[in-house]
Amino acid sequence: METVNVKINGRDYVVPANATVLEAARAAKIDIPTLCYLKDINEIGACRLCLVEVSEGGRPFRMVTACVYPVTDGMEIKTNTPKIIASRKMNLELLLSNHDKKCLECVRSTNCELQTLCRQYGVSESRFQGATNHYTIDDKTPIIRDNNKCILCRRCVAVCGKVQGVGVIGANDRGFDTHIASAFENPLAATSCINCGQCIVNCPVGALYERDDTEKVFEALANPDKHVLICTAPSVRAQIGECFGYEPGTDCEGKMVAALRALGFEGVYDMNLTADLTIVEEATELVGRIQGGGALPMITSCSPGWIKFCEHYFPEMTENLSTCKSPQQMFGAVVKTYYAQKMGWNPEDILFVSAIPCTAKKFEVGRPDQSAAGNGIPDVDVAITTREVGRMIQKAGIDFRHLEDEAFDAPFDIGSGAGAIFGATGGVMEAALRYAAELILHTKLEKVDFPEVRGTEGIKVAAYKLGDLTVRVAVASGTGNAKELLNKVKSGELDVQFIEIMACPGGCVNGGGQPIQPAHVRASVDLRAVRAAVLYNDDSLNNLRKSQDNLAVQKLYDEFFGQPNSEKAHHILHTSYIKRGL
Amino acid sequence: MKKKLTTVVFRGTPEQEEKLIAAIDKYKGVKGAMMPILQEAQSIYGYLPIEVQKIIAERTGVSLEEIYGIASFYAQFKLNPDGEVAVAVCLGTACYVKGSGQIIEEVSKQLNVAVGSTSPDGRYSLEATRCIGACGLAPVMTINGEVYGRLTVAEVAGILEKYR
Amino acid sequence: MKSIQELSEIRDRMKQAMVIRKGTEKSYDAVAGQGSVRSQVLICGGTGCTSSGSVNIHKALDEELERRGLQDQVKVVQTGCFGLCANGPIMIIYPEGTFYSHVKVEDVPEIVSEHLLGGRSVDRLLHKEKVDGVLTTIPSLADTGFYKKQHRVALRNCGAIDPENIDEYIGTDGYQALAKVLTQMTPQQVIDTVLASGLRGRGGAGFPTGRKWQFAANQPAGKKYVVCNADEGDPGAFMDRSVLEGDPHAVLEAMAIAGYAIGADEGYIYVRAEYPIAVHRLQVAIAQAREYGLLGQDIFGTGFNFDITLRLGAGAFVCGEETALLTSIEGNRGEPHPRPPFPAVKGLFGKPTIINNVETYANVAQIINNGAAWFSAMGTEKSKGTKVFALGGKIVNTGLVEIPMGTTLREIIDDIGGGIPNGKKFKAAQTGGPSGGCIPARFLDTPIDYDNLLAIGSMMGSGGLIVMDEDNCMVDIAHFFLEFTVDESCGKCTPCRVGTRRLLEILEKIISGNGEMEDLDRMEELCRYIKEGSACGLGQTAPNPVIATMKYFRDEYIAHIVDKTCPAGVCKKLLRYSIDPEKCIGCGKCARNCPNEAIVRTDYIAPGHKLASMQILAEKCVKCGACMSGCKFDAISKS
Repeated sequence: METVNVKINGRDYVVPANATVLEAARAAKIDIPTLCYLKDINEIGACRLCLVEVSEGGRPFRMVTACVYPVTDGMEIKTNTPKIIASRKMNLELLLSNHDKKCLECVRSTNCELQTLCRQYGVSESRFQGATNHYTIDDKTPIIRDNNKCILCRRCVAVCGKVQGVGVIGANDRGFDTHIASAFENPLAATSCINCGQCIVNCPVGALYERDDTEKVFEALANPDKHVLICTAPSVRAQIGECFGYEPGTDCEGKMVAALRALGFEGVYDMNLTADLTIVEEATELVGRIQGGGALPMITSCSPGWIKFCEHYFPEMTENLSTCKSPQQMFGAVVKTYYAQKMGWNPEDILFVSAIPCTAKKFEVGRPDQSAAGNGIPDVDVAITTREVGRMIQKAGIDFRHLEDEAFDAPFDIGSGAGAIFGATGGVMEAALRYAAELILHTKLEKVDFPEVRGTEGIKVAAYKLGDLTVRVAVASGTGNAKELLNKVKSGELDVQFIEIMACPGGCVNGGGQPIQPAHVRASVDLRAVRAAVLYNDDSLNNLRKSQDNLAVQKLYDEFFGQPNSEKAHHILHTSYIKRGL
Repeated sequence: MKKKLTTVVFRGTPEQEEKLIAAIDKYKGVKGAMMPILQEAQSIYGYLPIEVQKIIAERTGVSLEEIYGIASFYAQFKLNPDGEVAVAVCLGTACYVKGSGQIIEEVSKQLNVAVGSTSPDGRYSLEATRCIGACGLAPVMTINGEVYGRLTVAEVAGILEKYR
Repeated sequence: MKSIQELSEIRDRMKQAMVIRKGTEKSYDAVAGQGSVRSQVLICGGTGCTSSGSVNIHKALDEELERRGLQDQVKVVQTGCFGLCANGPIMIIYPEGTFYSHVKVEDVPEIVSEHLLGGRSVDRLLHKEKVDGVLTTIPSLADTGFYKKQHRVALRNCGAIDPENIDEYIGTDGYQALAKVLTQMTPQQVIDTVLASGLRGRGGAGFPTGRKWQFAANQPAGKKYVVCNADEGDPGAFMDRSVLEGDPHAVLEAMAIAGYAIGADEGYIYVRAEYPIAVHRLQVAIAQAREYGLLGQDIFGTGFNFDITLRLGAGAFVCGEETALLTSIEGNRGEPHPRPPFPAVKGLFGKPTIINNVETYANVAQIINNGAAWFSAMGTEKSKGTKVFALGGKIVNTGLVEIPMGTTLREIIDDIGGGIPNGKKFKAAQTGGPSGGCIPARFLDTPIDYDNLLAIGSMMGSGGLIVMDEDNCMVDIAHFFLEFTVDESCGKCTPCRVGTRRLLEILEKIISGNGEMEDLDRMEELCRYIKEGSACGLGQTAPNPVIATMKYFRDEYIAHIVDKTCPAGVCKKLLRYSIDPEKCIGCGKCARNCPNEAIVRTDYIAPGHKLASMQILAEKCVKCGACMSGCKFDAISKS
């Protein structure tokens, strides 16, 4: 690696020649504050908070934006002069002068990048009073936008457009009236927004947040006539710890179960189980399509953000989607049919909650054709994100860090390693391959790892020879990558039979409902990889590696569904799609 | 600069749409053609309503928001068509103290057009202007450039009648 | 056109007509090849004269000539701007070189019968100006004070040729420089020549043009672009417009030369849509150049390809900033992006790109034709050549002037501009528009060049020069320019989006009489921050009008803040109107004009008057001035 010598605050450092001033300083363990900067995604030098003084070639010091300014050999950098500190304070004062400053009620309070900086620099009020902009809050979808708190860093815009290929929000008007919104100031509900929530996890302030559905859950928990049950998605256990100060990548399954039980849930279940159920249904469907004819490539359907993306942007490919409901919906469907019958409960007396890493799942619970019990009874009543679960636990005063580990409740307590890795990109594919291989080869699979489909790469392609059959597969995470992949499939450039798509980059571990890490953490830690490692660890330590070996799943078929893809399974576990278009 | 959204009912004709599509297709493969496309679209329709921007979005593959972001950035792109009868009421200090606030309200009521917009049928547009330098005639309004001074609220209806 | 030979043939055919227009040959007998033509009438078709009716004069003249059967003897040419816009519409008749100003359609028959048939000039239309205090008739444009001290390089063809006729451009050695570089020079020699000439960018910052070209040329071969910035947006500036309207081929030729120098085959001109005449003439010029093979494939058979695309702006001042301009050509919101990478490395569509403004390009062909030494002989040590200024404000000869670098402000204002009207006193000159500062009287003798202007807190800018007299309020001027910048801020970076708005709000507070002394400190702090912290040139220079006025006219700020008065009598909210009872005859017109019933009759009848005088009630006065402008007896004053 080519390096250059620079001086930072008087000390000498050797840094990579292609580094920016910000990267050089951070390598030297000196942080420079930023607001708009998102590595590789939003490098626009707009907020001007990272201004530092540099001198090149012995010329006088001048202010440059550290986030985008490249280092040069012999450069002198000063990051904390009185002039720089004054400029940061002024910047914060100006931002505050057009900000609603309602920190007390803000969901991001104590986890707000602007608030943190204001505290560090002792800025509470602006000396510059003047006109302020007032905006209506857009709260008609699971994604809520409050421009009164927006600082116009445009991180959401970059993520929505450049990463996700959706682009329903952008900068409108100009100058002091510049604001982030959709075309013609339409609410998100009137756009092709897919509810992925990547805008939320990338927002430095409280201008974007999820619809809070925890009140409904607290109310139901207080109702003695309700059976309030919760299932937790594979990746929630891997991230919930971040709400309580654990490092990203800490597995808190036992504490999470204990906390939920402490909250009063009658049943705390593992969604890894219906992930396994999904695999059995979906892989059977795939093999059926390959051997018996059907729309290929078949595409996974567990990510509701991806489903809506497909309906808007590739309506002609909805036939290619697996008809399987997502693990969340399957769980609700099983509970409100099979389990209600078994327990002798009226499904209307059940409030079924799913804890998920996802904002799109809040939209999914209200989709049509998601009512296995009929009579308009939804499969899932409330979907709450990892963040909301964290808030419920905090609000209830439960000392999460000191809880003893507890285990999920029977009969929905068994999940295979294959189900666990659903939360990472490539995980569903690998789980399906473990099943399909045995189904096609009619033998027990010795080697269950499929490393080709693992990793944070946006698009992965692999081919597996299973007897006479070569199964060609592709995996994409992030809908921007999905768009690229599907365009290749449509043009014939890529020929595959099975595709896994997750709406969020890296899969559910980096979902829009996950705990929010500030940009400087996102720049130094690959959250996608660190969080996914928890799931792959779970998988490798699990004695049960394959969905088809899950006895709880087998029991469901024995007692209720009969065969995978049976008529009953179709009625309860499968769904349909809408060609939405743009 | 905040651009007002239109309430004017879109009355594009098939001929206009044909022209627009031809204009868009002319730029197929031309790099960075959004500005000329919007300019041609505006010359066809007189403004850039959502119906027009949607056609452009569909045929170019550029997201509607991106197009709207461009249209709302540049001063020359119009989201509201000019009314056939364009009324402007001066809200400069002299006119204002002489009651031009009530005048503009009355015009708005008579024409059923909000200040800064165009009536849904495209017939009338109403805007508030800064001082037009006719303080001696305050309060003042102009209709298609013709100046009416020393107005009273009672006179407004009669003057507007001429343009009905 | 296939060869340089053909180019030279056109030049030689056209040359005679062009020589006549130099005004040195006073008779057609001396020049051959004119056929039956014995007079040429040049009518200005620039934006200024067009809006004062020159098109109708042209039409009337054509009709009159036809009526009298003179159409083959008199050639009527529509040209670009002559520069003396204050005197428009302008007409010049050759070979005499007679200069008529303020021409009206009604004057046309007389001009035809008296001048073109009778050989006598129409004296009442001749230009008059004071020479040594005596009003004197100046029959020839070249002899006017306005022209004498000018030195026209960039503007050499403006007002001298028909911009819609490529042959006339070729007749003044047009496209000879392109022919020369393609056949006799290497790209590096072209760059070296531009470097040696000392030409610096005329768009504002004054970066050496040759160095810019060198950076782009040094990039690996491949797709590169040449861009012309014609998005002139300063209020009151119209230098580039005049060049485009008067001599569009000069820009096309220079862009092709630049393309050859850096290895580009494609150019873009980004021009304001608010300049319809310039856009039209560029379209005509590009079409003609293509038809002649001067743009397109294999120019002059040398294998060099170059073509130009015209792109229109849509009303955003920030697009004059080079990275914003490129973003706009790429079809986006015109928001600037960070440098480095500089456009020369990564510019339009991610490719190496040079961007120069119109006036810069207008110098290039002549530097090639006449040599670097010819150019660098003009001007000062670090600022070579000439600069075009758009003279405006409180000055007699508003219009376009081109002067050698190093000319003093005093020479421009007094000698070329004809001084300040109505015997008023000079207060300041504003250069660089909303990015510049004001220059007070004590710097009137400073030679104008890039570095001197920067040193006194202003900047060259693109060349707007607005003269202000004692009736201008400097706080109001600062407010005016800042309001413009706030309107035009793109809104991307915090200092410019929020900072300029807050700065403007403080200024509004001061001109409304609510200012406090601490506001001055706050403004200084904000100005410093916006200047150093903004992302692009627009924001970085936005505080300049405030900084400069605070520096040179602090007393005016203090008067507004402490005394709550506007010394120049401009800031409405601080004005007091009063009626002199001795002068007031009590006619009551002022009371009838008053929009707010703020004027009442007193019981005092001044000696010699029949009616009691009027009086203004300060608490009801809205300071509109309607009373004062209506008073025939000079009885009302403001302070």
